[in-house]
Amino acid sequence: MSFVLSVNDQAHIIEDDGETPLLWVLRDRLNLTGTKYGCGIAQCGACTVHLDGQPKRSCSIPLKAATSSQITTIEGAEGEEVTALRNAWGAHDVPQCGFCQSGQIMSAVALLRQNRTPTDTDIDHAMSGNLCRCATYNRIRAAIHDAAAQLGQPA
Amino acid sequence: MMARLPTLWTWRRRLRVGLLCLLALIAVVGASGLIYALYPATMPETGPLHSRLLPAEFEHLRSVADFNGITDPASRSIAFFEEAGRVIEHPRCLNCHPRTDRPTQTDDMRPHTPWVTRGEDGGGAPTLRCSTCHQAENFAASGVPGNPKWKLAPIEMAWQGQTLGNICRQLLDPTRSHMTRDELLHHVMEDELVGWAWHPGGNRQPAPGTQQEFGALIKAWLDTGAVCPQ
Repeated sequence: MSFVLSVNDQAHIIEDDGETPLLWVLRDRLNLTGTKYGCGIAQCGACTVHLDGQPKRSCSIPLKAATSSQITTIEGAEGEEVTALRNAWGAHDVPQCGFCQSGQIMSAVALLRQNRTPTDTDIDHAMSGNLCRCATYNRIRAAIHDAAAQLGQPA
Repeated sequence: MMARLPTLWTWRRRLRVGLLCLLALIAVVGASGLIYALYPATMPETGPLHSRLLPAEFEHLRSVADFNGITDPASRSIAFFEEAGRVIEHPRCLNCHPRTDRPTQTDDMRPHTPWVTRGEDGGGAPTLRCSTCHQAENFAASGVPGNPKWKLAPIEMAWQGQTLGNICRQLLDPTRSHMTRDELLHHVMEDELVGWAWHPGGNRQPAPGTQQEFGALIKAWLDTGAVCPQ
């Protein structure tokens, strides 16, 4: 079947089975390989993208269910939260092997867009679905606090 | 001395021949093993684990008519609820009626992974909603179950760790169930999230019977005075 996907503000016509996971479409059809395949069963968060601003696991969304949403991948993520997180990520040397990072960033962006002053508990609630096999959780938490401090209070 | 030499020679010769035979046997076995190990075998096709392909087992519920033999109205009412309790206490239902803020999952009712919390509306924390992973339908590719209403029951309706009698009294208490008896009946007979328990997808075991049979038992229980087990 034919589906129209809006990814990073660009419309794409995709000919595929409607049950195909969105992750496969992003990576194999649109070559947006920044979104990673980790577990394929929504357990690790490596495939996190935004649908209408909400973090979603793209391995667990069928293509047919994504057509009515604005999809944002790590390649299209932008804004002050993204800039602040990118700076903080570098300052705190968060990435080790780096495989989970795009998913971590997408979840962290969604968190800071909802909450500019997250507590440790808020960060844990938002990020607990994103696993890091290098166990950089303390750095991730510190970098999110740092990014939040860069952003300051909303006007 | 001369007479013993041939015997000794013969013994050594036999030993040498025996050792050679043993070495030859070891060489043949070793070579065969090497050939077997190095022979290019066809790799198995990737696919789901066999256990995941096993059909789910279906359990039946007794119908309302099956209780006609119980003449005492209170005992009959209790019997209806105890039969309906086979659904209520099934993991498909209990997993989302936790006594903490964290749901459980699988038939073993293990703590939900990833770590999630109920949030204010039972649909997860604002930044990690149930809908982050659970979509409107069961999704075979990831194995993640789904329903448009996917969320936890209110904490006042925690069933895990409760006796069936306590669950019964919870259901009849509007301050905890947030439902009148009519709303309760409509909930069990019509609600699509309740209905998911009979269509859980994958090889998850469905709740016993059907939603219609479960609803009929609850209706019969309410019609006979809604008596609770101890």
